[in-house]
Amino acid sequence: MDAPSSKAPAVIDVVGLVKSFGRTKALNGLNLSVAQGEVHGFLGPNGAGKTTTLRLLLGLLRADAGEMQVLGGDPWNDAVDLHRRLAYVPGDVALWPTLSGGEVIDLLGRLRGGLDPQRRDSLLERFELDTTKKGRTYSKGNRQKVALVAALASDVELLLLDEPTLGLDPLMEAQFRDYINEVRGDGRTVLLSSHTLSEVEALCDRVTIIREGVVVESGTMAQLRHLALTAVSADLTNVPEGLADLPGVHGVVVQGQRISASVEATGMPALMAALSAGGVTALTSAPPTLEELFLRHYREPQP
Amino acid sequence: MSSELKGTAVLVRLALRRDRLLIPLWIGLSASMVWFSASATVDLYPNEAARIEAANMINSTASLVALYGPIYDPTSLGALSMTKMTAVYASLVSILMVTLVVRHTRAEEEAGRLELIGSGVVGRAAPMTAALLVVGGASAVLGVLAAAGLLAAGLPVVGSLIFGAGWAATGLCFSAVAAVAAQVTTGSRAANGLGFTVIAAAYMARAIGDLAEGGPGWLSWLSPIGWNQQIRAFAGDRWSVLVLPLAATAVLIPVAFILRRRRDLGSGLLPDRPGPAAGALSSPVGLAWRLQRPLLVAWTVGSAVMAFLMGSIANNVVGLLDSPAMQDIIKQLGGEQGLTDAFLAAVLGLVSTIIAAYGISAVGRLHTEEAGGHAESVLATATPRIWWAAGHWLIALAGVAWLMLVAGVATGAGHAIAIGDPHQVLHITIAALARIPASWVMVSLVVAVWGQWPHAIGVVWGAYAAFIVVGEFGQLWGVPPWVMDFSPFTHSPVLPGPDAQLWGMLWLTVVAGAFLAGGSAAFRHRDLAG
Repeated sequence: MDAPSSKAPAVIDVVGLVKSFGRTKALNGLNLSVAQGEVHGFLGPNGAGKTTTLRLLLGLLRADAGEMQVLGGDPWNDAVDLHRRLAYVPGDVALWPTLSGGEVIDLLGRLRGGLDPQRRDSLLERFELDTTKKGRTYSKGNRQKVALVAALASDVELLLLDEPTLGLDPLMEAQFRDYINEVRGDGRTVLLSSHTLSEVEALCDRVTIIREGVVVESGTMAQLRHLALTAVSADLTNVPEGLADLPGVHGVVVQGQRISASVEATGMPALMAALSAGGVTALTSAPPTLEELFLRHYREPQP
Repeated sequence: MSSELKGTAVLVRLALRRDRLLIPLWIGLSASMVWFSASATVDLYPNEAARIEAANMINSTASLVALYGPIYDPTSLGALSMTKMTAVYASLVSILMVTLVVRHTRAEEEAGRLELIGSGVVGRAAPMTAALLVVGGASAVLGVLAAAGLLAAGLPVVGSLIFGAGWAATGLCFSAVAAVAAQVTTGSRAANGLGFTVIAAAYMARAIGDLAEGGPGWLSWLSPIGWNQQIRAFAGDRWSVLVLPLAATAVLIPVAFILRRRRDLGSGLLPDRPGPAAGALSSPVGLAWRLQRPLLVAWTVGSAVMAFLMGSIANNVVGLLDSPAMQDIIKQLGGEQGLTDAFLAAVLGLVSTIIAAYGISAVGRLHTEEAGGHAESVLATATPRIWWAAGHWLIALAGVAWLMLVAGVATGAGHAIAIGDPHQVLHITIAALARIPASWVMVSLVVAVWGQWPHAIGVVWGAYAAFIVVGEFGQLWGVPPWVMDFSPFTHSPVLPGPDAQLWGMLWLTVVAGAFLAGGSAAFRHRDLAG
């Protein structure tokens, strides 16, 4: 068995995962590694294969090819034992129309092997959820809350969350973020699929970006930022020549005394030196956002 | 077109597109039954004397009158050939129409699709109008095809037309009932249940009304199924009675629209009660029980009432022992010896086939839970697949056994009270229990199909319909025995009776077990269907 590369043991270790539905190939050799205690963002546009991956990790679907390990076990063969140690919130929460929210929370908790009643009550308070309402009367956001409370109230090592804040209002989203930070503090692991970039940026230690069933980028936020370009613009007293020739500096535009450019992390020292030589009167630098990374990967045709 | 109705045409097309298989199949099947029945009877009773004898036998047998209704003109070939079609099959047609109306109104609303549709350029009254147009159209086409079938079998023109008109009007009337039911409840299951209850009540009311000599004969006149009999196709052809179902339709449809206008989208007239804030459910079987309980409770009440009434009229057949024609008819109903026993055995056979339908629909929950995404929530917890599935099929199997027990005790009690012999209760209950394995085979067949092909369980309903048709008409049509042997109901011991073959029970149980094992194994190895 391969030893995980990071120092913390891998909670999720997936290599070369393939899954087809009829003629459509949902996953085409996906690799994913999530270390213990990290909050891992799983990013991709609609239909990239995020939900399929999560269902495979849960043993709800069977992989066509590839190696998968979750908490040291095989998701298909050890599904039941693994599910005692993890909790899942589906992206589209379907509640039983005739069951109340409280019944569903307690049922799912018990089926998982018990839930912490104190944590349940505190979560209900935080998320302001009325548990006496029947499933059919909940709004999308409230259905989401039911599933979130059921998952978060149980004492598990791993949380698999499929776009968990879709449908939550900003206040509830903030509550959710606070809670995930507490979870991280407890040393628990979270795999969070999303296409809300600000959420992933705010919460995640590491990010994996997938597209059409394969990983296009994976790493810590710092590593990924490193790959992206920083937007720099400056007002100069005299514009030096040859800025565009500096290594790692792209898209230089000069408008009178003002220049703007996109810079790789490696090109930053040279550019800064050149700009200081030109007498900087004003300087703005926007760090790369995940959004830029994301858009870069999805706008460009795949290599 | 008023703005309330805008979009109706598009919605009609949508409904026809969704049901392009279901409606033609059902209508075609129902119309063929009419044709088969008519032509088989024409062959069976070539001369008038034989017809009159058969009709008189039916008319003088309370149990058959209760089941099928009286034959108003013993000399009429048409009336005799439509004995089963007038009350029993008209009820089945009504069930179809109720299902269709609810499917296109309340079910769409419950699923949230009506919200999507309503946000388009669609008038408030359009969805229900479209549903009623489609179902009303289906009723009309069915009526025309039924009439055509009767004409093709060589029956008189006027009688054939009025019979078809009767079916169409009955279908229309229950479509209107369903439209009202869909306004009352918030769930489509409950709306269907309400519609079916009205059909069952209409059927029972006319059964009691038809039986009563000098008693409450007016009950038949309160029942749309009774009206369909009173039209008296081939036995007087009373066109004027058609006014009753049409008038009821004309009253009920505006009521449905008024109720619709008074309520909000997604709500019903019956308010939603809050549920418990904390739940006591803790196992997949407990969840399945919680979900399935209302269905089983409704079936328990229905089975008990129906079986008790059947049991209480069983001894009426004893007085007719010396008629050979009667014996033939009773034997055709599945009996062996002793006419009361034969009748009771026939009743229990009928009841077990009906209760199998409960089993199929109860275990069908496996599919609806899976397709609805509920299975995903449960299976993402530490619940083994096998236990989740077992929760539902155990309830279905136990439910079938329970209902047969209830039906056995109720039939026995009815019979025991009628003849003053308390021993009958145990005697008949045991006979009813012997029918359980056949229904179990139907339940486990669903599991077997679903385990491999989760979206194909409708096939089992098709097989079930085929088994009923073969059981009901197989002998009449001369279906070869090996075909009849496919039906599990053929192998149930015919009890009460002297020479019941009990090994059939054993084989049925073995087959059921094999289906369950095969289906469970297949389910363990396939992807969860979304």
